[in-house]
Amino acid sequence: MKADPAGVLTGTHFLRGNDACCEGAIAAGCRFVAGYPITPSTGIIERISKRFPYTKGEFIQMEDELASSIAIQGAVWGGARAMTVTSGPGFSLMMEHIGLAVMSETPCVFVNVQRGGPSTGLPTLPGQADMMQARWGSHGDYEVIALCPDSPQECFDLVIRAFNLAEKYRVPVMFMMDECIAHMSEKVVIPEAGEIEIEPRRYTDLPPGEYQMYQPDDDLVCPMVKAGDGYRFHVTGLTHDQRGYPVISPECQEELIPRLIDKIIKNEPDIRMIHQDIPEDAEIVVVSYGITSRIVPMAIQMASEKGIKVGSLRPVVVWPFPEQVIRELADRVKAFVVVEMNCGQIYYEVERCVAGKAGVYLAPHAGGTVHKPEQILNKILEAAK
Amino acid sequence: MTEPNPIESYLRMDRMPHIWCPGCGIGTSVNCFIRALQETRLPLDKVSIVSGIGCTGRVAGYLNLDSFHTTHGRAIPFATGLKLANQDLKVVVFSGDGDLVSIGGNHLIHAAQRNMDITVFCVNNFNYAMTGGQYGPTTPISATASTAPYGSFQMPFNVPKLAESAGAVYVARWTTYHVRQLKKSMVDALNKKGFSFVEIISPCPTLYGRKNKLRDGLTAMQWYKKHSVMKQHPSTAEIDLGLRTYILVGKFVDIERPTFLDGMNARYEQVRNSNKRG
Repeated sequence: MKADPAGVLTGTHFLRGNDACCEGAIAAGCRFVAGYPITPSTGIIERISKRFPYTKGEFIQMEDELASSIAIQGAVWGGARAMTVTSGPGFSLMMEHIGLAVMSETPCVFVNVQRGGPSTGLPTLPGQADMMQARWGSHGDYEVIALCPDSPQECFDLVIRAFNLAEKYRVPVMFMMDECIAHMSEKVVIPEAGEIEIEPRRYTDLPPGEYQMYQPDDDLVCPMVKAGDGYRFHVTGLTHDQRGYPVISPECQEELIPRLIDKIIKNEPDIRMIHQDIPEDAEIVVVSYGITSRIVPMAIQMASEKGIKVGSLRPVVVWPFPEQVIRELADRVKAFVVVEMNCGQIYYEVERCVAGKAGVYLAPHAGGTVHKPEQILNKILEAAK
Repeated sequence: MTEPNPIESYLRMDRMPHIWCPGCGIGTSVNCFIRALQETRLPLDKVSIVSGIGCTGRVAGYLNLDSFHTTHGRAIPFATGLKLANQDLKVVVFSGDGDLVSIGGNHLIHAAQRNMDITVFCVNNFNYAMTGGQYGPTTPISATASTAPYGSFQMPFNVPKLAESAGAVYVARWTTYHVRQLKKSMVDALNKKGFSFVEIISPCPTLYGRKNKLRDGLTAMQWYKKHSVMKQHPSTAEIDLGLRTYILVGKFVDIERPTFLDGMNARYEQVRNSNKRG
């Protein structure tokens, strides 16, 4: 399916990341946004509220993030593509509804423009410290998908991918921006609508009566329905059977939860998206994501001037984590340097996958601004010793 | 063979028996709702029911409609998104007093203030029953609850007054003794454009009732019958509930004002027709 031309601002633009994210969402077919103002994400809902009357979308500013994060799920079951947009403390308030979307298999997008934390932290300055929260923030065992754009162009391109993945796997997708890319302006090329691929919602072909709410296809994803079409279906956050009925038993839990996890983990190669530039003879691989990966090339250049062969690996999809890729690299490089704007989150994932086969070094940053190339270089030099 | 109950086709009979205790008023409320649905002749495929969490939160699961059992307190914002995305639907929220007034209180007042196009039925049993009878936002002063063992001393909400103050266009209160009046109010609420709200005073024999001398359903019904009062032009200002006070029932609000959808659709249309581009 191709994008609806009505929403696509084809052309070359100079846009902030927040604006590009908004345009990407509209191009992806998003027609319902519920949000609550919070820095530094607010620019997205401001532009959405301006654009939606012209694209037959609906924006509502809810009373809080709890409301926003569930209003979008009501909208999805009403037939819309929907997202909510927030930052820092707002993301914390949304956690319960990430769990609801996982459990009810409601495809939707949560945009988190990361700022410095914890608590009110650094409202106007960047951070990347919500990565583990995106992964684990709601209670219970589950898997979601998270993407990290590193430019306004990627805010456009990847939010479309976020919507597509949400639909394909019926899962909430975390779109993990940060204050830097939200507020920086760069060239953004928006293609013709006919060049933008849209994953259609996976509606069932079966008539009411034959359809079972949570009967998965071979890829473990269940075809969906929407309200008003005569299916008389039930959606619950309780553990449920294939009919969607609550069943409070270990047997039902054992049937449901591993499927919800496996539908993401077993499809990881399809979901995976990595940008890498790793020479055959690389000794060190720098792992970074989001805005931080924009600093890494300079550090690598500085290292190569000192004769150290360094490659770079950037998971664009951070969750599910590309474990296999790291494991294979660990067999042929000396060390990894993980650069992130937090005090060590993805670092532990890399360390887990490397499993002692190579060194793993962290170039941390508590947030508020990006790394200096020298900070990364120093860690590369330490790793190369 | 016995005749099937005329409301069976509205229920998910494959989910019976339900979880509610003998003497609980939620089943009566559901019965009245189904009879109200019958009377409105709404196309059932276009009726969605949304519940939060708690005993009344289980209502959605038993009704043979498109049904959503959401999170604690958040039925109203879920219903808001559902209605906005699919304006053809009749969206009904059916939940309890703890869910709608305490944890979901902010959503209740905002939806009423927006005049969101949904109908809310609030079953008030004066306590958190699902979790074992703790005091809640409606527990009368001096009533006993598992977390108010010496009697509650916290001023409860007058729920219809709250709904009216926030802007609901239809507000009524009945007890589960008043099945005909309750059904009639439910019909009115379902037919009302905008945010309509009905409080249903309901017995909880197992928990609230046991602790407060309304030990079984019949005792509660007799209490409601004896102590319910109706009057001409009742005001929500005079309907506070105490442990042993009379219960003023009736319709308190029935007004017209533009709904959220009226406002949004008109404004968006106006913008589209103007020359200014987004």
